[in-house]
Amino acid sequence: MAVEALKLDNVKKNFAGTEIIRGLNLSVAQNERHAVIGPNGAGKSTCYNLITGRYELSSGRVYLKGEDITNLQPYEVKRKGLSRSFQITNIFPKMSVFENVRCSLLWAMGYKYSFWHMVGGQSKLNEDAEKIIEELNLKDRRNTLAGVLSYAEQRALEIGITIAGGSEVILLDEPTAGMSVSETEYIVGLIRKVTEGKTLLVVEHDMGVVFDLADRISVLVYGEIIATGTPTEVKENQAVQEAYLGAAMEEH
Amino acid sequence: MACLVRGSLKRKIMNNIIQKSALSAYVPWVVSAIVLSILPFIFTGGGAITIMNQIGITIVLAMSYNMLLGQGGMLSFGHAVYMGIGGFVAVHVMNIVENESLWLPLPLLPLVGGLVGLGFATIIGSFSTRKAGTVFAMISLGIGELIAACCIIITVFFGGEEGISGDRTMAPPTFGIEFITQKEVYFLIAFWVLISVFCMYLFTQTPVGKMANAVRDNPERAEFVGYSMRWVRFVSFCAAGFFAGIAGALFAINYEILTEQNLNLNMSFQVLLATYIGGVGFFLGPIFGAILFTLLQTVIGLQTDLWALYTGIVFILMVMFLPAGLTGLFAMHLIPMQLGRLGMLVRPYAKIFIPGLAFLIGSIALIELINHARHHGEEQFMTLFWIEFDTKSFLPWIVFTLMVVVGFYISRIIAREVTEAWGEATFVEGERR
Ligand SMILES: Nc1ncnc2c1ncn2[C@@H]1O[C@H](COP(=O)(O)OP(=O)(O)OP(=O)(O)O)[C@@H](O)[C@H]1O
Ligand SMILES: [Mg+2]
Repeated sequence: MAVEALKLDNVKKNFAGTEIIRGLNLSVAQNERHAVIGPNGAGKSTCYNLITGRYELSSGRVYLKGEDITNLQPYEVKRKGLSRSFQITNIFPKMSVFENVRCSLLWAMGYKYSFWHMVGGQSKLNEDAEKIIEELNLKDRRNTLAGVLSYAEQRALEIGITIAGGSEVILLDEPTAGMSVSETEYIVGLIRKVTEGKTLLVVEHDMGVVFDLADRISVLVYGEIIATGTPTEVKENQAVQEAYLGAAMEEH
Repeated sequence: MACLVRGSLKRKIMNNIIQKSALSAYVPWVVSAIVLSILPFIFTGGGAITIMNQIGITIVLAMSYNMLLGQGGMLSFGHAVYMGIGGFVAVHVMNIVENESLWLPLPLLPLVGGLVGLGFATIIGSFSTRKAGTVFAMISLGIGELIAACCIIITVFFGGEEGISGDRTMAPPTFGIEFITQKEVYFLIAFWVLISVFCMYLFTQTPVGKMANAVRDNPERAEFVGYSMRWVRFVSFCAAGFFAGIAGALFAINYEILTEQNLNLNMSFQVLLATYIGGVGFFLGPIFGAILFTLLQTVIGLQTDLWALYTGIVFILMVMFLPAGLTGLFAMHLIPMQLGRLGMLVRPYAKIFIPGLAFLIGSIALIELINHARHHGEEQFMTLFWIEFDTKSFLPWIVFTLMVVVGFYISRIIAREVTEAWGEATFVEGERR
């Protein structure tokens, strides 16, 4: 078997003595769409923050395509080919949509800290940015400041910033939260399109979206993965039913 | 201002303006070059050229400061240090050139100043840009105080209280020019102002310049798109130091002397103020700030001992009521202009002008009168606004107090009218979110 795109090995995290992540093991295969579900406060976002260097691990290791990325800085993790979105929209509010996307492309396209290139003259860079904006359906918002977009548009831009630069592993945190049915449909279509041929890890509360999108599902409850499997396996899992899914499914 | 610039049509108008200015990319530079070359033939007086030289230096300094504050979101309280160090070294180099141990035409001296500013910024920036916000601001304050103290201690380099001086005319002539007159110096300064502003503009268009904006807006997200916020800040910081150093060398050339006053915290505050008055959110803002600030400083500074008091008041009022600066005030009016409703504002503006002016003059007169009574009590007469009057009589006190009170009262009433007219002039049907 090929090496896993992402692997968490017995990851633990304490906040002020309270163990929030309690020995997490997770492996995501390459080109897999993997969903993480679990009740509020289970530690899903914390888990993302640990993978991407936003928080430091208390113990355990994280591997990206076999390479140890434990406790690297966020920008190092990104440079190694892992990109994430945020549950709470995290964009550049005082820059235009176009600038948001273009800035997200810069490092991936090798510009680094260049002060000798003029971004306006980089045709490939600008074309790619335009293409992403078109995919996001934000073309008529191209020059609008990101901070004044509607919520759904900001969420789309959030995904755009995440996928710009073509990271191989993409982590999305509740991409459809707070969206109407039609907006959700649009976002799911978008995710499907932009993660083609990539590895996707997605945290999502909407079970319709999860079962629609995911190849495999992990269930995270109180800082532990209690089950991993295909959607059918997870749905039928007794422990999952009890701990989480029963309630969530009824709600849905 | 933010609440007034709402709604997508208004945004579209703003965007139009921005795009148009980007299209005609080279026109502004050519026009600026022409204007700069004919200015000394319009304002021919020696005083005018001296002021223009001072303005030019302040422009470079304020623009470089805005690379930190406006573009990079770094609040520095010690930016004059980089100008000062660049300037001090420039004077030393001038003296070395005078001794003929080094061959360097004067027009290249700003480059030396720039490299010194860059070098010093590299050292300081290596640790001060680790954090933005309060930590960065405090370090800049500390460095400012430290270097100002060094001026008195390290007299070999800084020359103690008197500072150090040089003679620009001893450099090898450039195409026969020896830079003896102010006008010759003007062209040297104008040349470097244009080059510097152009380069600073180009910097905003580079990857690291764009990321400086991104880090200012949302440093955390910038890290998640692959950039270390610290490195981005560091690069901006070094660039700002470079251009501040150029300003320093221009200062050295223009005044041929540098003292502690050119790099202390007071000077840094003046840079901040000039930049802020112009508007930190706009690339060109500091230019207007530098012009206005220098004019006020040189014109009003000669008329009153209370210059520092007035700058303080202006600064507070700007921060409270006009945080976007003069450029922001101007940009605000582009919206009613595009809607063809600028005319609606003329009447209320004209109406508030008289009481507003009365209030302003009354306040200044009262302040000056109190200052006079306190410090020059023995002199019975004083001149204010070209009018001489008796400070021992009650009349001026009463008149000025009345001007303040009545002017303020009427202004307040008319201010409501202005606000209403503004709302109407910028209202767009169905555009409220
Ligand atoms: N920085 C922090 N300091 C202290 N506690 C934290 C911190 N971040 C998260 N927690 C705690 O960790 C627990 C898990 O939070 P997390 O945000 O990871 O949950 P989640 O599974 O993403 O929930 P949700 O579905 O609501 O997004 C919560 O109890 C939260 O209070
Ligand atoms: Mg969460």
